[in-house]
Amino acid sequence: MLLAASLSFAQNNVLTVAPPDKVSAKAGTTVSAKLVAQLRPGYHCNSDKPSDEYLIPLKLSWTPAPLEVAEVVYPKPQMEKYSFSDKPLSVYTGDFDIVTKFKVPASAPPGPAVLTAKLRYQACTDRMCLPPKTVDVSLPITVVK
Amino acid sequence: MGMTLIRPLLFIGLACATTFTGVKVFQKKEGVRPEHDRKLAPDFSLKDATGKTVKLSDYRGKVVLLNFWATWCGPCKIEIPWFIEFQQQYKDRDFAVLGVSLDDDGWTSVKPYVEQKKINYRVMIGTEELSTLYGGVESLPTTFMIDRGGRIATMHEGLVSKGEYQTEIQDLLDGKALQNAGLAAGRLAFVRPE
Repeated sequence: MLLAASLSFAQNNVLTVAPPDKVSAKAGTTVSAKLVAQLRPGYHCNSDKPSDEYLIPLKLSWTPAPLEVAEVVYPKPQMEKYSFSDKPLSVYTGDFDIVTKFKVPASAPPGPAVLTAKLRYQACTDRMCLPPKTVDVSLPITVVK
Repeated sequence: MGMTLIRPLLFIGLACATTFTGVKVFQKKEGVRPEHDRKLAPDFSLKDATGKTVKLSDYRGKVVLLNFWATWCGPCKIEIPWFIEFQQQYKDRDFAVLGVSLDDDGWTSVKPYVEQKKINYRVMIGTEELSTLYGGVESLPTTFMIDRGGRIATMHEGLVSKGEYQTEIQDLLDGKALQNAGLAAGRLAFVRPE
């Protein structure tokens, strides 16, 4: 039995990722790509290193190849106190950047390619939480020799 | 009817309403639905932490506080101690709290939490089907108050005050919710000035 429609409103994703700029990647070097994440006003998401072991961290996971991930650099979090928490929480709000450093293998085939990633986050307001969600990301690259 | 008669009538009406229900007539109470508006709470059958089956329909005749929560939900953890208190306070009065966790990893996260917090009410691991049956539970906490007839009397999305829950529990146990709902539906007559 389904309840009234008022109970089933869709939250959708409260975090979106702006389409990233195309990256030119020279074989045998390293290259960085920036993702701009945007959280809906009123929401916060846990940082990559949350304050409590029960909290679900922000995590960016790239599909391997054709580039190798050297490092994912998350922004410095804010420590915010909410009414439902005894201690400040390590969170992100608003717009924030995540930078990924890639190694471009010398053997990487030249030409266009698309790197894909999943950004997992868990967001709350000051009185309710949404379940963890995943945003798909596509990064267009061109490998040059 | 002149204005000279209206004020006393209004005063008497308000006084009667307040005495009758203990609730101010003009206090907007979004919570408790009029009896005729209450839908049957979808039945379910799930296992609790001890492996025993919990069927909602087995609680017919009791007032049930059905709480959807998760270990990663900060606001949920504010409410859980209140629910522990309610379970103890009203246990001899045909009342029960039932907790449904929406943790993806199920008992792996939930069992240690239940033990650590000494949760004294039955907790189950929810399913997507159950969430859908209850209107698509997305925000946590989401809490339903189910009356003795197995119908949903109130629903709350997000953190709510302890006092609000306590009032609803008391009203449903005492049967006052029906009276409040009737008044909220506008049984009081207001006389317009000429």
